[in-house]
Amino acid sequence: MSGTPRASAKIEAGLRRGAAGAGAADTERQAARAAQRLGERIAAEDLADVSYTSVDSPLGRLLIAATSRGLVRVAFAEEDPDAVLERLALALSPRIVETAAPLEPVRRELEEYFAGRRRRFEISLDWTLIGGFRRRVLRATSEIPFGGVLSYGEIAAEAGSPRGSRAAGNALGANPIPIVIPCHRVLRSGGALGGYGGGLERKRLLLELEGAR
Amino acid sequence: MTVSGLPPFQRFLDANRDAVWRLLVSSVGPDEAEDCFQETFIAALRAYPNLRGDSNMRAWVLTIAHRKATDHHRARARRALPVDPETLATSAAGAVGALAPRDEGLWQAVHGLPLRQRSAIILRYVGDLPHRDIAAAIGCSEEAARRSLHEGLSNLRKAVPA
Repeated sequence: MSGTPRASAKIEAGLRRGAAGAGAADTERQAARAAQRLGERIAAEDLADVSYTSVDSPLGRLLIAATSRGLVRVAFAEEDPDAVLERLALALSPRIVETAAPLEPVRRELEEYFAGRRRRFEISLDWTLIGGFRRRVLRATSEIPFGGVLSYGEIAAEAGSPRGSRAAGNALGANPIPIVIPCHRVLRSGGALGGYGGGLERKRLLLELEGAR
Repeated sequence: MTVSGLPPFQRFLDANRDAVWRLLVSSVGPDEAEDCFQETFIAALRAYPNLRGDSNMRAWVLTIAHRKATDHHRARARRALPVDPETLATSAAGAVGALAPRDEGLWQAVHGLPLRQRSAIILRYVGDLPHRDIAAAIGCSEEAARRSLHEGLSNLRKAVPA
């Protein structure tokens, strides 16, 4: 055996520190910067199956996620982002990367909408997560114009199921793309708010913004 | 089961980026680490959906990083023949501006080691991988990995003044 145990311990300690600079904080900062640039490259080369970012809005922070087909998810701040992303990983693909560039058109349209400068979203949507009756209900919902409202019964009828107002309510409550698919425009037949996945306060705000109430 | 159970790639990236960065800076230096870092995670992103949910993801991505670093060394060696270990050492370790002075000599010595010893040393101490994963990363037997590690340490003891 060559060398002394003490020399070995010193060398091993030096090796464990790595050659990555003065301290752990430097390493973390450099790695974070490298990861940031990586995200930009992944976006530029379109290598992720799902991109997501978060944006501020009058309804609080929103997590928005898109595939190459279009916007696939809008989640309010109360929803645990980890859980939202895990479900997207299972349902779509685990190639999920945080990167703002692909979502820029969505961010811009949302900003214009909340500023009162946009009455209709033009971004494309990915309907993959929405199947069966839910899709029929939400398709019909996406046709309700800015400022307009329908009742649960009316939207059920539009979806081809005139007696299915309760089922329509459930479908609306499970809308993965709220705001953009305007499930807030569906009310009780007497005009009462009914329910909303993001909480009734948000529904009220959206309807006020649109001048519907 | 068709359900992969893999975490979103971003979470995997967040959890492993520091370890990959440390490994790459230690093996190719900070200037070249950036490219290798991107190559590593882009390769990982491409292969990611085929990974099993119960895999050791850290060992997996450090193995990819090690390969990218090795490719990088080989490419540089091809560009700059004949290979001068002194040049390699200074371009990799010498570029570490913020490196504590006490470690500078050590890292020059690491970069002067034969490739396999250097790989074993970096995977063991910077990557904190067990012998089994080092062997898999280098593509040798566990016994050979142990031997490379031992020889590498022994050479470092000779090269670095105590």
